[in-house]
Amino acid sequence: MTPGLAWLIFFLPLISFGIIALILRPFFNDRPRLSGYLTIASIASSLGISLWLLSTVASEPGRRLVTEPVEWMSIGNLTVTMGLNLDALTAIMAVVVTSVSLLVQFYSQAYMKDDPGYHRYFAFMSLFTASMLGLILADNLLMLYAFWELVGLCSYLLIGFWFHRPTAAAAAKKAFIVTRLGDFGFLMAILLLYSQRHTFQISELLTNETAVALAGASFLGMNLLIWAALGIFSGAVGKSAQFPLHTWLPDAMEGPTPVSALIHAATMVAAGVYLVARMFPLFHHPEAEAALTAVAVVGAFTALFAATMGVVANDIKRVMAYSTISQLGYMMLGLGTGSLAAGIFHLFNHAFFKALLFLSAGSVNHATGPFVMRYMGGLRRLMPWTFSVMLVAGLSLAGIWPFSGFWSKDEVLAHALKERPILFVLAMVTVFLTAFYIMRAMFMTFGGTYRGGAEAAGEHGAHKATHPHESPWVMLGPMLILAGLAIMSGWFNLEGRFSAFLGEEAETHGFFGSLGQPLALGSLAVAAGGILLAYAMYSARWIKPEAVGRALAPLYTLTSRKYYFDELYEKIFVVRFLLNGVFAVLQFFDSYVVDGIVNVVGWLSLTLGRGLRRLQMGQVQGYGLAIFLGVLAIMGAFYMWGR
Amino acid sequence: MPGLSHYLALSAILFSIGLFGALSKRNAVVVLMCVELMLNAVNIALVAFPRYLRPGLYTGQIFAIFVVTVAAAEVAVALAIIIAIYRRRETIDVEQIDLMKR
Repeated sequence: MTPGLAWLIFFLPLISFGIIALILRPFFNDRPRLSGYLTIASIASSLGISLWLLSTVASEPGRRLVTEPVEWMSIGNLTVTMGLNLDALTAIMAVVVTSVSLLVQFYSQAYMKDDPGYHRYFAFMSLFTASMLGLILADNLLMLYAFWELVGLCSYLLIGFWFHRPTAAAAAKKAFIVTRLGDFGFLMAILLLYSQRHTFQISELLTNETAVALAGASFLGMNLLIWAALGIFSGAVGKSAQFPLHTWLPDAMEGPTPVSALIHAATMVAAGVYLVARMFPLFHHPEAEAALTAVAVVGAFTALFAATMGVVANDIKRVMAYSTISQLGYMMLGLGTGSLAAGIFHLFNHAFFKALLFLSAGSVNHATGPFVMRYMGGLRRLMPWTFSVMLVAGLSLAGIWPFSGFWSKDEVLAHALKERPILFVLAMVTVFLTAFYIMRAMFMTFGGTYRGGAEAAGEHGAHKATHPHESPWVMLGPMLILAGLAIMSGWFNLEGRFSAFLGEEAETHGFFGSLGQPLALGSLAVAAGGILLAYAMYSARWIKPEAVGRALAPLYTLTSRKYYFDELYEKIFVVRFLLNGVFAVLQFFDSYVVDGIVNVVGWLSLTLGRGLRRLQMGQVQGYGLAIFLGVLAIMGAFYMWGR
Repeated sequence: MPGLSHYLALSAILFSIGLFGALSKRNAVVVLMCVELMLNAVNIALVAFPRYLRPGLYTGQIFAIFVVTVAAAEVAVALAIIIAIYRRRETIDVEQIDLMKR
């Protein structure tokens, strides 16, 4: 098979989108299930090809397949091509994206059942998957950027899927605008790289010559290499919801839950981490030390920062959202410590257990109605399967041996301890908080007694909520597969195979050997402490959570109000600065200068017209006189100046 | 023996009378007559020029015949319009016929 086959990975979901949008939606509107089947079939084929790609790349000595790029456009002497970048990173990402996406689509069939937008949902899901795959496969920055924006567009469409809800429409808009802020930096970085090297080709940009050339010039006291890396990182900050552009992700919960699963696990937010990993040689260069430090610091800070908000969130999906932000911070920290494999390995494991967490949350919601955990409880007996798989995902997230999260988190921690000890402390605190908040969510949702679901929440039309029941097998099936992956995906790196595949060496101690390591024991103890505290507060109730909340009232308010970042951005930045500042000045200019000029022209025409109108007396003889005088004047002029 | 200038003077006098009448008279029929007067003043000039300046060439005379023809047609149309206006408004005072202003 030729490497060109890899094009299909991206084209199959795209074709599925086209067929649903152009054929199924208009002509087979009464048979919605078709679009679900088509999407699943196309993504399953993509997964097959991705697996083939992975095995082929792994057997290739250079860990890279070469394909012929095709010409995309030619402007003057600039020719932009489209091609595939088939290396280890791409292959891993392609498998992660297609497998998670496939399971999510399968689950969606039940979750979105009877939704009037069924066709539209699967069309967007296909396009979303296709865009993400295109982003991964792209071999030049321009193409990557196009897919980057397509991913943003699709997440906008899917977050705002129930656009008739004002909150969903607002959340979609927020996601689009906030990520766009980061994209601006990314675009600047692309243009900077192009202006220096006259190519968009990633393989040519990642060479040492590029780094040296960029490092040779400086701007505002930093060399261009740092600027380019920071620009790329700002794009990643927006997409991967890192501080300070994290505010969009918790609101993105307004979309259907499977969409959240996809966004949080494999597509949207993973794009940022992937981008940094893809452009890693630019960051991991002695001259760009500052940029790599920025990645690590932002990552570690975001991890802790988001975890503190997750501790107080009451909406189960918001807990997950903050945990995603926090875990993405871990990935950034892993990359920032100079280890590509640590960051990507965490992304790999996180994709599975986070998708599972969201699908479980969706399953709980499917049964009870609301997302607010205060109205759940006692679901352990009612939904045993959902409970067990979510427990697996939760323990994996908390980093408990031998679940997958343990292995990758440990790797990140090990690198942090070696390279950046201060950030290591932040990461350890985050381990504690992560274990605490995920177990708090588990106890609140599944422990105790049932607290009434949607009826208690006062939602109308939620009759099913009175008797919560286990979800159908269409939903449980993918969850069970993901649970298997959430347990085992970490074992790929037991002998360092995952790291070696990405060209790095990992310190490995084997399956049981890891338990003898001081670092692993330490992080396990910290995580166990978090779980114990959650148990004490939310299950055994030795400590009353309300009392803790009162004792730490200022802290509680600060975190539950999300550190006032929404207020800071909306009230101060948007209203004070933009609306009352910049826009007010522009408004003044517009209404007094621009409109003023227009009004003067209008006034002039009116006045002139009013004067000239007197000439039109309506008397034919008057016109005759005017004609006569005009002829006389012309003749006179001809006489004097003519010939 | 009258020369070209006499004819042109006659033409100019007739034209001026016609113009004055066309611009100052209030009766539409009189205005129409004055327009005819101006046309005929022009006819005199048209005939006089070739007679004195290019003998043997009859362009001017032919032109005059055209003018007469057109004038006849014009009078027919104009009188019809005047009658139509009179039927509707019971006046042919041109100062009252200022529909273009309103």
